Amino acid sequence: MNHPDVLERLRSVLGRGLITDPKALKPYETDGITAIREVPWLVALPDSEAQIEAVLAVCREHGVPVVARGAGTGLSGGARPVADGLVLGLSRLNQILEIDLENAVARVQPGVRNLAITEAAAAHGLYYAPDPSSQIACSIGGNVAENSGGVHCLKYGLTVHNVLGVKLLCIDGQVLQLGGKLMDSPGYDLLALTMGSEGMLGIVTEVTVKLLPTPPCKRVVLAAFSEIAGAADAVGAIIAEGLIPAGLEMMDGLAIQAAEDFVHAGYPTDAAAILICELDGVAAEVESDLALVSRILKAQGAFNIRVATTVEEQERLWLGRKAAFPAVGRISPDYYCMDGTIPRAKLAEVLASIGQLSEQYGLAVANVFHAGDGNLHPLILYDSNQAGQLAGAEEMGGRILELCVAAGGTVTGEHGVGVEKLDQMCVQFGSAELEQMHRLKAAFDPQGLLNPGKAVPTLTRCSELGGMHVHNARLPFPNLPRF
Amino acid sequence: MCTMLGCRSRICLDSDMAKDADISGDLQDAVVRALQAGESLRICGSGSKGFLLSSNNGGETSVSSRLLSVHEHAGILSYRPEELVITARAGTRLSDIEQVLARHYQRLPFEPPRIKGAGTLGGAVASGLAGPGRPWSGSVRDSVLGVEMLNGLGERLIFGGQVMKNVAGYDVSRLQVGAFGTLGVLLSVSVRVLPVPPTERTVVQAVGPAEALARCRTWARSAYPISATAYLDGLLRVRLAGAEAAVSDATQALGGDPRDESIFWRQLRDHDLDFFQQEQPVWRCALPPAASAPLQDCLIVWGGGLRWWRTSLDPLEVRKTVGEQQGSAQIFDGGFGRCRLAGVGSAQATYQQRIREAFDPHGLFNPELTRRRAD
Repeated sequence: MNHPDVLERLRSVLGRGLITDPKALKPYETDGITAIREVPWLVALPDSEAQIEAVLAVCREHGVPVVARGAGTGLSGGARPVADGLVLGLSRLNQILEIDLENAVARVQPGVRNLAITEAAAAHGLYYAPDPSSQIACSIGGNVAENSGGVHCLKYGLTVHNVLGVKLLCIDGQVLQLGGKLMDSPGYDLLALTMGSEGMLGIVTEVTVKLLPTPPCKRVVLAAFSEIAGAADAVGAIIAEGLIPAGLEMMDGLAIQAAEDFVHAGYPTDAAAILICELDGVAAEVESDLALVSRILKAQGAFNIRVATTVEEQERLWLGRKAAFPAVGRISPDYYCMDGTIPRAKLAEVLASIGQLSEQYGLAVANVFHAGDGNLHPLILYDSNQAGQLAGAEEMGGRILELCVAAGGTVTGEHGVGVEKLDQMCVQFGSAELEQMHRLKAAFDPQGLLNPGKAVPTLTRCSELGGMHVHNARLPFPNLPRF
Repeated sequence: MCTMLGCRSRICLDSDMAKDADISGDLQDAVVRALQAGESLRICGSGSKGFLLSSNNGGETSVSSRLLSVHEHAGILSYRPEELVITARAGTRLSDIEQVLARHYQRLPFEPPRIKGAGTLGGAVASGLAGPGRPWSGSVRDSVLGVEMLNGLGERLIFGGQVMKNVAGYDVSRLQVGAFGTLGVLLSVSVRVLPVPPTERTVVQAVGPAEALARCRTWARSAYPISATAYLDGLLRVRLAGAEAAVSDATQALGGDPRDESIFWRQLRDHDLDFFQQEQPVWRCALPPAASAPLQDCLIVWGGGLRWWRTSLDPLEVRKTVGEQQGSAQIFDGGFGRCRLAGVGSAQATYQQRIREAFDPHGLFNPELTRRRAD
């Protein structure tokens, strides 16, 4: 690689948008998973599509790996740099290009924050539905890369259900306009393929999202249970009754206590588990659903059912849920957040197994999660200053994801594979599936320059692991073969 | 009662008993044999949508391809109503699936067409045609959660799963939707299902097409419990679905004549309206919902986002009209499958070809659909 030549060409394209100073590179060494770090060779901060194209051209010609980065809030190390590569930060492409009221869509650049779309549309009575918990900071380009979900995706779907079009810049410089303002496009569904592809197929330079009418009515109900299994079973009962709540969240005793101590949401701290259920829509529908939900919760053994009567009370009930992660952060020096999905019917069983693992490893677990989707987020509490605890937490996390696969679920519901869950991918998929994914990747990126080493493990890696029980799989960081 | 259709497979009506059978081993053998013999395969479910694949301009036939019938690979593999997911073999008849779902007051959200009453789950996924409720309850691919398939190397592969939230690896399952089998043979599919709404009612309003469109656009920005719209011949039908009280309120608010129009919606879904039975060609045009053209001679659904256009205009003229509105149009009868796959820009065509090679390097499956026209 001709370094001076690369630098000179990039500098002529980007000017001050090229970062080479080691100190200035430092903030880019990690994303939301701070345990996974690598300082990149370069960071490029383009402010136009033309600049992105020019940067990609230089990287292609010189074989420089490219790691796209949105807001850096990802939770699987998907934006972790590679040492001899370039981080393509898209935060400067932050313009809302168009709010098209007639077609109820917004056309935005990839660096636009998730919440900014709703803020721009709110005046017109519209909003963008997917709401990952990082929505105040995370970017829509990152949401596309991870197919992000959120609290409300039980009813409103994931990013894939709410994006109508993307402009995808391929490594060979070709631009694919996938979808648009229409609901159906010819050809293979490359739009769906782009969702959750973790920046490995192309660079998203523009996104068209669907805007929905803001629901005129919203009600929030909290139900307390004396047993976790009771709350878990109530989730299935609500769905089986034909209801699709806007959100259906669960917290266990440890999470309830931590949240209550932190934000004083008024949660019943004597409960083993609580469910928070949000219903939205037109008033008549919401009231009728609310009555039904309350009946089901009672029949399932909830000892305390509270319907928020004011907007403030609704917000307070949600506040505890939304503050649960930082609340857990207050009671433990470190925590490790997992992200598996399981069929709802297996909730009680898998939560019980997680409890057993917790005892076995001597590490406490707080559960705060999207129960309606069966999307678990066990938080494993540990102290990185205590010898062996991080390794224990990681190993236990791996075991939890194995439980999810065994229960008929998946190793990642919404955080993505990144580098964090590469080993678990070996459990979920066989070699033929992984090879097929590698061939698909090669169809877009034969040189393997886009986000190398992420999302899909090499067969060598899987065979070297043999089984899953590998200590410190991420430490020290293995030099992944590129594809 | 069984009849023969397009791809020489039997079409069986509801009076036939559905049989569960796992013929995946035979299908895999057939793919491997074709691979070894250098033959190509024409994948067929019930054959009900064979007319979408045959070309009506006489030029190309597919005599060289051997028939691979998935029809007998049928049966529901798992269904738990509280999971909102059903998994069935690709040859399972849509009517069988919907019958089982209905017992638990659930349904397929994407309302796939059953042409002349027939159609399989695999065919519904491979063709990717969503029914009248698409803007409200989603497209076919929105509901697909996982597939089991055979690729062009004869490998049996499983992607996705049975849970709604799943971002492990590339979304190969959804890539199969609308690919018309050119990336592989679907063996089984898991799809998300939804509850049947407790109440469904249709209001009918007499308006012109432009006004119908304007109303649909206004409603898209308000929270009425609309589940489908259709404009045809001076009548705008709005299907309302949800709790009784909510539907009643909306019926009053929207005004117009409330009716039970379930037959109309079923005929619309199954392309069984008189509109589809004429001599003139029918074009399927997907458009931004507010697009101002085409309006005349159209059956307008999806709140304006899909327009069936019956016209004798020159194909170039049709594509120009729709293209100017940032939409996309394909003629429906005859050659839809190929037009659908080929109706993309040159960059996307390049990538599609590479993707096809990544799954089916020897061009085994439905080659007539991806072969470039001589002209």
